[in-house]
Amino acid sequence: MVVCHALTGDAHAAGHHGDEGRRGWWDNIIGPGRPLDTDRFYVVCANLLGGCQGSTGPSSTDPATGRPYGLSFPLLSVADFVATHRRLVRHLGIERLHAVVGGSLGGMQALSWALTAPDEVETAVVVAASSRLSAQNIAFSAVAREAIMRDPDFADGTYLETGRSPDTGLAVARMMAHITYLSEAAMTAKFGRRFQGSDTPRFGFGVDFQVESYLRHQGESFLSRFDALSYLYLSRALDYYDPFGEPDAHARLARMAAAGTRALVLSFDSDWRFDTSHSLRIARRLEHAGVPVTFREVASDFGHDSFLLPVPEYHAIVAAFLGAPALAGGQGR
Amino acid sequence: MRPDLEIVADLVPAGSRVLDLGCGPGDLLEALARRGCRGTGVEIDPDAFLATVCRGVAVLSLDLDTDLDAFAADSYDVVVLSQTLQTTRRPRTVLQQMGRIAPRAVMSVPNFAYWRHRSELVLSGRMPVSAELPYPWYQTPNIHLSTLPDTQALVEEVGLAVERRLLLDERHQPLRGRLAPNLRAARAVYVLGRRA
Repeated sequence: MVVCHALTGDAHAAGHHGDEGRRGWWDNIIGPGRPLDTDRFYVVCANLLGGCQGSTGPSSTDPATGRPYGLSFPLLSVADFVATHRRLVRHLGIERLHAVVGGSLGGMQALSWALTAPDEVETAVVVAASSRLSAQNIAFSAVAREAIMRDPDFADGTYLETGRSPDTGLAVARMMAHITYLSEAAMTAKFGRRFQGSDTPRFGFGVDFQVESYLRHQGESFLSRFDALSYLYLSRALDYYDPFGEPDAHARLARMAAAGTRALVLSFDSDWRFDTSHSLRIARRLEHAGVPVTFREVASDFGHDSFLLPVPEYHAIVAAFLGAPALAGGQGR
Repeated sequence: MRPDLEIVADLVPAGSRVLDLGCGPGDLLEALARRGCRGTGVEIDPDAFLATVCRGVAVLSLDLDTDLDAFAADSYDVVVLSQTLQTTRRPRTVLQQMGRIAPRAVMSVPNFAYWRHRSELVLSGRMPVSAELPYPWYQTPNIHLSTLPDTQALVEEVGLAVERRLLLDERHQPLRGRLAPNLRAARAVYVLGRRA
């Protein structure tokens, strides 16, 4: 099975490379006896095209000029992510996948993979994803990109040649995006209105509340692992994603139904980044096309980030779905 | 499998595409799959949902009152609704949706006019609690109870027709004789079609 990572994820999905404390971003769901059971399945996870963890992206050197691509790198789509990873899978000698699994952007890639090459995919697991961003979703993305592009150090995307980098913009983008990954209940539980390192307010414009300190830390630590140009390119791919709006969507859905590819679509009740209406839309489109689809909104307090966490009901459903026998009479219609 | 589901299963033609609304742990759909049916379930209870997923049956957690647009018109051959209509907030809408989704429906409903219910209400003056309706009034999921003529009237009002009706006693056995069905039947199983 292939695991598709989310916007700021990478190929290090599970296990560790010597340091036990630095485990992969989805270590709680991948491993022996876990829902993505490595005793039963060979699990592959690769970096996205356009990312900054090893695959080619806008910060790579353009062989034609000897300089970084910057904004001359072509815009990317989820279809490009699928195309590159399909070639990787073929390169590995795999003809058919038991599952393509992903959350958020990874779920979008899983859905597109199943729509593009249903004969290669037995099951698609689409968690906390969307088939079409709402105006509010795009608005958040827009502010994040503005923060990066209006940072003077962004220098129209040529910052790699100036020796400076748009750290302020990228950190602000990350801080704002991070708010959308958490629920209000989760933030209240984690921080409340507590003050950082004090029982009383300091009354000023510095970091005073714990939540401010946390967000600042999220922004700062992001700088060491992510590149501003990759953030622009990958987040833009989400904005334009609309697989059911493509001219050949009906034909693709019909092929997916004919191939018998099964889908699991899950949402979380506290996720307001991609709320349940997004997952329900995916489930409805698949069901209307005759694709066997299993759907549930899972109760979880942790907002969009729930897909990364070991929420018991969520993991039980994924394990059951991936481990279920193929029913004799078939399923769906 | 629940005895009433055996009766429902026998009313579904082999090889049908079946949508089971309120599918519980998916045992009806699994049994029907062995008869060549292809099925999808709808179930909101977390344990029953998970049990259905474990069986390899496609299942969606949807609100029957509001979410049945998830299914396209005529996308199934048979819609099954067993012991569930009386738990919905909008039974009329649910029936209409069933008529839209498939040309045929199999539906089982308890009969509130069953003699035990009547006698309990009349003699003790209290809301009936029975094998059919085992909950006290304040925590029952059965919020829209009907009698046989009530059910028949609603079916016809939404443009459907009763093609077949099986009357059952408390032990899920078919009633003998045709006398006073609304008094003697603990529940009924209907096969519904669209009115010509």
